[in-house]
Order: sequence, then C-alpha cells, then structure tokens
Amino acid sequence: MLNEKEKHRYSRHLLLDKVGLQGQEKLKAAKVLVIGAGGLGCPVLLYLTAAGVGTIGIIDFDLVDETNLQRQILFSINDIGKNKALAAKHHLEQQNPYITIKAFAEKLTSKNALELVQQFDVIVDGTDNFSTRYLVNDACVITEKPLVYGSIYKFEGQVSVFNYNNGPSYRCLFPEPPKAGSVPNCSQIGVIGVLPGLIGTQQANETLKIILEIGTVLSGKLLIYDALSGNSTSINIKRSEEQIDKTKAMKPHFASFNYDAFCGIDLINTIDITELKELLKSENIQVVDVREEWEQPRINELNALIAPLDDLDDFVNQIDRNKKVVMVCQRGARSLQAILHLKKEYGFNNLINLEGGLLNWK
Amino acid sequence: MKINVIYFGMIAEAIGKNVETLQINSIQPNTDDLTTFFIQQYPVLKNKSFKIAVNQQMATNNTVINENDEIALLPPFAGG
Repeated sequence: MLNEKEKHRYSRHLLLDKVGLQGQEKLKAAKVLVIGAGGLGCPVLLYLTAAGVGTIGIIDFDLVDETNLQRQILFSINDIGKNKALAAKHHLEQQNPYITIKAFAEKLTSKNALELVQQFDVIVDGTDNFSTRYLVNDACVITEKPLVYGSIYKFEGQVSVFNYNNGPSYRCLFPEPPKAGSVPNCSQIGVIGVLPGLIGTQQANETLKIILEIGTVLSGKLLIYDALSGNSTSINIKRSEEQIDKTKAMKPHFASFNYDAFCGIDLINTIDITELKELLKSENIQVVDVREEWEQPRINELNALIAPLDDLDDFVNQIDRNKKVVMVCQRGARSLQAILHLKKEYGFNNLINLEGGLLNWK
Repeated sequence: MKINVIYFGMIAEAIGKNVETLQINSIQPNTDDLTTFFIQQYPVLKNKSFKIAVNQQMATNNTVINENDEIALLPPFAGG
C-alpha cells in the first residue's frame, strides 16, 4: 500500500488511467535486477527509481572511471574509483527514499546467476560483453524470467524483450557468439554518449510496461535505432524451440558452464607425453581418446574412454566435469578440435590437450 | 533479380554504405546463396558475424528470396 507521501510523489502516474493507484502499487511490489550499472544501466536505474519500482537490484563488479562520465550519468567526479553498484545505490537512494536498492558489488558468473536472478521478477541486461550476455540470457531462460535487452555500437542500438510470454530468447536471434575479438566494445571503439541514454530509457519503458501489463511489450521484435539518421527499424524474431530446449537442458550443470570459453576468450591447456605420465602418477585424471577404435598404438595404462571425434556428442555424459580430463588422439589435432567443440557446445572447462598425440608414446 | 539491402552496425561500416540496390544473377536465390553472394561481393565480410532478415523477418531456416525483397544484414553487438 502507498502512503500519502508516496501518493503525492507519484501523482502524475496516478492521473494516468493505464497506471493509477493499482499500477503504482504493482510498481511498488515489483523486483527488477539491473545487470551492469554502465551506459545502459544508469538511465534504466534512474527511471525505474523515479517511477517507484519497489525493489531494484544492481550487480556490477567494476569501478567508476573518469572516461565513464561521458555517458554514465548517475556518477560524478566524486565517484571515481568507487564500485559502480555501490555508488549507484548511494545516488538512487537520495532520488527516492521509498524504495529498496540492493547492491551486489561482484561479478555475475554461472555460479551466482541462477540464485540471484530467481529473486527478481524482471531482468534488465546492461552488460558490455558477449559472455555475460549469453550467461544472462541462459539464466533467464532457465528461471523463466523476462529479459529486457539493450545493446549499443557507436551510433546504433538494439532493444528487445526476451523470454516474455513464450516469446523468443537472445539465442533464438543469435544462437552462436561471434568469433572472439571480432566485435569490439565501447571502450575499444567509442560510443556517442547519448546513445546508451536513448536505448536505456527504452529498456526502462519496456520494464515498466511488463510490470504494469500495459501496451505491447517488445517481444518477438528487435528494434534497431540509428542515432545518426534517427531511423528505427523493427525486425521480427521467431522463437526457436530447439534453442530454448537446449538452454533449459543446461540447468543441471549450469554452475560449471564456462561462458568465456563458450565465447572463445580463454586459452586451452596443453601437456606433452612426459607431463601426462607424471599427471597419471600424481592425480586421478580421466583420459579421453577421440581416435577411431582401430587406430594404433593403444596404451592400456591410460584406461581411456574411447570416444571417436565423429561420435563425440554421444559420450558427453561420460566425460567427467570435476577432474582433469586429458583429450588424446594420434597427433593432437583431433583432440584439440574435440576440446573446442566440448567447450563451445557443452561448456567444459577442465579439458587438457595432449600436444603431439600418442604417436610418440614410449 | 533486384533486391534492396540495408546494412547495420559493423557491416555497414565494413562495406562503407547503409543501403543499396543489388542485382543477383540467380533465378530463385535463397538466404544461403545470399550469404555466399555478399561474401563474394564484399570479401571483408568473410570474418564478420551477421544474420539475414528478409522483409523485416529474421530468417531462421534457409529462406527463398523474391524480386524487390528487402534484405537486412544484422551483426550482433554487445556494448552497454
């Protein structure tokens, strides 16, 4: 229930027949998590706070930097060096004392994402990299939370709402991340300062529409805005049951899924035969041989799981996720291919390649 | 066959234009043919990631293209 002071504060909302007292109470009861308090997160947070969203979570591990101030309008020079989530909380609490702001000064990872997302009704994506974007999408698909997506590049922005009323998800639009390093971010190539404001306020608007159950939510559509021409283009996106099912199936091993590896931004560990022999003596490891069954030499002491590369997908459940797994083949090329595939498709992060292969085993 | 093309983000930047009308010498091209065609036309797109939309509909499967269709090339971007 709203008190008299709140009724006065939100009087311009109460006058609207599509909001009114009932709508304002819905806003007060709503819980929204904003991921990233950067260019997009700042305007989203300011408008959700002003609108009276009752509980707002902010997660960001990053610190305010002077170069952020060109577009991250929540912060001032006094915030430089402070954690963004905590600095944002400080400013927003002064803007509206009638709401609760929860700051999480940490990185969103596959280990904390599900538990965190579960505590909120709507999730807003204001992140700045692909691995966190896929992580956020997948966590929202698994927990069945609507995701208000926004993304910017120089003078252009994209907005959509995913996982809303059986609508498509981010993976229905872009199933695979682009090659690592092929798409630069704002800090590398620049961005016009007002663009995250334009896109972030649209994200705030979609969030309010979801909570208030008014208008038409931007689900199944990707809105593209070009700040240079002022043109907006809307593209229809279909839900892919295949992508949704694949994402939901990740739930049991979600915490061990390595999103950096999925986006190709970490390195592959390698060892040679001498190191493999030492590892066999000192640790309980698993060896996976991706050669065909007829290929020689066969090394019995490896006690390897035979999983030929072409049939690798059938053996995924037999590959251990909790100990070191050394992937082997004849010369080390197929095992490397197998590692890339397993990392990308199944999020393995414990695989080691036997460089040079088993051909020189003595 | 004539098609109208709109390029977005990095794709527009890489080829240096936002819109153009292109002539395709194929009787019934589809979106897979188009991908090959664009990479031939603009080799700089070879290592770029993009999705094709036909008449404001994101193509999920291979989609047939008709005369005067509006084709959009959309790259993913992650800035925030």
